[in-house]
Amino acid sequence: MINLEAHEPDGDIETGWERARFSNKLVNPANKRKFNILVVGTGLAGASAAATLAELGYNVKSFCLQDSARRAHSIAAQGGINAAKNYANDGDSVYRLFYDTVKGGDYRSRESNVYRLAQVSVNIIDQAAAQGIPFAREYGGTLTTRSFGGAQVSRTFYARGQTGQQLLLGAYSALMRQVDSGKVQLHTRREMLDLVVVDGRARGIVVRNLVTGAYERYWGDAVLLATGGYGRVFYLSTNAVNCNATAAWRCHKRGALFANPCYTQIHPTCIPQSGEHQSKLTLMSESLRNDGRVWVPKEAGDKRPANQIPDAERDYYLERRYPAFGNLVPRDVASRAAKQACDEGKGVNVTGRAVYLDFRDAVKRMGVDGVKEKYGNLFDMYERITGDNPYQTPMKIYPASHYTMGGLWVDYNLMTTIPGLFSLGESNFSDHGANRLGASALMQGLADGYFVIPYTLGHYIGTHGNDIKPIDTDHAAFGEAEEAVSTRIDGLLANKGDKSPLDFHRELGNLMYDKVGMARNEEGLTEAIDGIRQIREEFWANVSVPGRKDTMNQNLAEANRVADFLELAELLARDALERRESCGAHLREEFLTEDGEARRVDEDFQYSAAWEWKGEGEAHDLHKEELSFKYVKPTTRSYK
Amino acid sequence: MSQINVKLRVWRQAGPDAPGKLVDYSLTTDTHASFLEMLDQLNRELVSKGEDALEFDSDCREGICGMCGLVINGVAHGPSDTTTCQLHMRSFNDGDTITIEPWLARAFPVIKDLVVDRSAFDRIQSAGGYVSVGTGSAPDANAVAVGKEVANEAMDYATCIGCGACVAACPNASASLFTGAKIAQLALMPQGHPERKERALRMVDQMDKEGFGPCSNHGECEAVCPKGIPIKAIATMKREWLKATLS
Repeated sequence: MINLEAHEPDGDIETGWERARFSNKLVNPANKRKFNILVVGTGLAGASAAATLAELGYNVKSFCLQDSARRAHSIAAQGGINAAKNYANDGDSVYRLFYDTVKGGDYRSRESNVYRLAQVSVNIIDQAAAQGIPFAREYGGTLTTRSFGGAQVSRTFYARGQTGQQLLLGAYSALMRQVDSGKVQLHTRREMLDLVVVDGRARGIVVRNLVTGAYERYWGDAVLLATGGYGRVFYLSTNAVNCNATAAWRCHKRGALFANPCYTQIHPTCIPQSGEHQSKLTLMSESLRNDGRVWVPKEAGDKRPANQIPDAERDYYLERRYPAFGNLVPRDVASRAAKQACDEGKGVNVTGRAVYLDFRDAVKRMGVDGVKEKYGNLFDMYERITGDNPYQTPMKIYPASHYTMGGLWVDYNLMTTIPGLFSLGESNFSDHGANRLGASALMQGLADGYFVIPYTLGHYIGTHGNDIKPIDTDHAAFGEAEEAVSTRIDGLLANKGDKSPLDFHRELGNLMYDKVGMARNEEGLTEAIDGIRQIREEFWANVSVPGRKDTMNQNLAEANRVADFLELAELLARDALERRESCGAHLREEFLTEDGEARRVDEDFQYSAAWEWKGEGEAHDLHKEELSFKYVKPTTRSYK
Repeated sequence: MSQINVKLRVWRQAGPDAPGKLVDYSLTTDTHASFLEMLDQLNRELVSKGEDALEFDSDCREGICGMCGLVINGVAHGPSDTTTCQLHMRSFNDGDTITIEPWLARAFPVIKDLVVDRSAFDRIQSAGGYVSVGTGSAPDANAVAVGKEVANEAMDYATCIGCGACVAACPNASASLFTGAKIAQLALMPQGHPERKERALRMVDQMDKEGFGPCSNHGECEAVCPKGIPIKAIATMKREWLKATLS
């Protein structure tokens, strides 16, 4: 029987985390060194968790698939990090950040988790500043903040357009300090391929050494997964090319429920695809929408260059449809509107899948220098990638898969349904509900790693420490896990097909964008499920992976990841099919208001959908965690 | 969009101890493709012929993770003004010959083909490239004032992505720009002051132990740095090291 008990503290939300910490078991400082903790992933969540747990005295082993712990994709976050510091004196508070996050998530998150996130947000900024991170400052030496992503208060801290980089390098330096002290053993170029469960508890992992191809076994008293999201199920995305869902998916198949996979965020302002060769899409900061105007030609199929289309023949569709917010509507609204315009044949670019983001009027108003001052770096980046000069011709943009709110189900303590397996950062489903606000991903990753897991892991060890005995990696469960991993790798190499893993990944991505992307409906989702099954069948019949397993072989690594995406994709589509409502980033065309806006169906769907793996070829079982809103009463979003 | 034909001369090396050599390929590619996407395409063609794919490192493909890095026609990151992944084939002409090699430095041994081992950078970082502040012990972020110009200058150094182009470009294979950037950032930020002496001594010592050469002011590192780290970082490193040695 699956237990979806969230273990939230009862009583007042304001004091819940404090009371939870007090009632949590502690581990004697001298005893901490007796416990081994495995941390998979070195992004914000993984690096901050590994460093903090080592500071507390645990023995930590940290794993990443890149050549260094400084490269995880947290590094690419541009805009900033939210924190309820209220330094701007403009009415912000922990309660307001909590309120905005629950509302932004369209009432599909757990209130107690979100409140705690808002509370610890202030500590993150203190910690990061103390690490010597050069945040943007005022002349007087205090920290600067700005308003970001539609927030009405100025609560976003930043370091140029490289906030993710600076926060990650801060966490990385804290991690390397523990490597220096010998409390963390770092294992780079390792990919986790299975979880080892012994007596119902997570007790180890099997990884593949990406340099030698060797399988390696590591045992621990707890396993922390901080392996990021599954945005590359769409193939083209803003994620790094090595981002994948394999570790989380293997944990899912070992018994961890996977929650709300259909909550995937598509970012509206990315540089569109230019051809078949494309390997990723680059995000352009959405701050561009402050001054750029989004439009398409009024006439479908109008192939004239943008500058030859007179104003009267342009449709500034966001300004027309949303007069109050105009070009600044939330991400999901902007993404959907772009897709609609392109579906109507009004898209631009050779692919027909792009809309204009035009700075002509901004240049008139502010001058080239004024625009350069504000957006120079972004314009340079755009020109470098596309070869077009956005001061002279409008940018072309299109939405791209960016962040996934769904992930492994965790309780208030960040523990999955497998005791001893925790999930942090983007890899879990907590906090963002059905949609994530801008500048909140960095906040959640670091909150989980620096300020939540040190307490909740201690509670687990303190409660069960006596039952968890050191085990040998010769244990049968390790053997079984390694056998499963190696059988699959051998199978991939032995297959004599004629298509590359990339071909399948691209095919999957096209299908996902088309039918499971920004706008979904019953018919399309049903077709998608059939389509995904067909691609999966063809994959195993016809994939070709050359080379050997006992050497570096990135094609083999990619094939293994694609195989998991092909399973996850089906669950994503099924989750989207069964959630017969629109909420946050999940839009079902059958569930729109008269104005064409997302319509939630709270009476039927105010729950988190946690899916249980039932075996190969079997349908997943659905478990529901009902959500209740005692503080933030559900209302309908309106951006008219 | 247009197609060009290029002749590639690519470093192939089966493993750390295997001999390496330049191998010729020819390829028709799209000018809109990025340099790494062109190599992806080469790999698809190699794989379809049953040949081993070319191994090269990359991850974010947006110029910030520091994972990619190739010597292209003798220049680290080639004609890109940032990283290899931000270079596009429109920078090349039909008929061009493009020579592609890995970072070549004793401290960066080749793992396979164009992939090198840069773990020496991690070891330099762990020799004091941090502020010893445990989680939870930080004062309020505004308790320590940092002037705007100071923070800006520190950010110029903190922007280092650890790609290793500075080492690849240096005739001495020196890691001084990388090491100096971290030392300079933390010498500027007040939070870095308590440990600045020990940091300078240990990081420089580790850099030497890793087998990187000395800096003799060629300036090649600054010229190829994708993030434009000022070479002044090296002067700061030397000053910090000297002050620490003399005190």
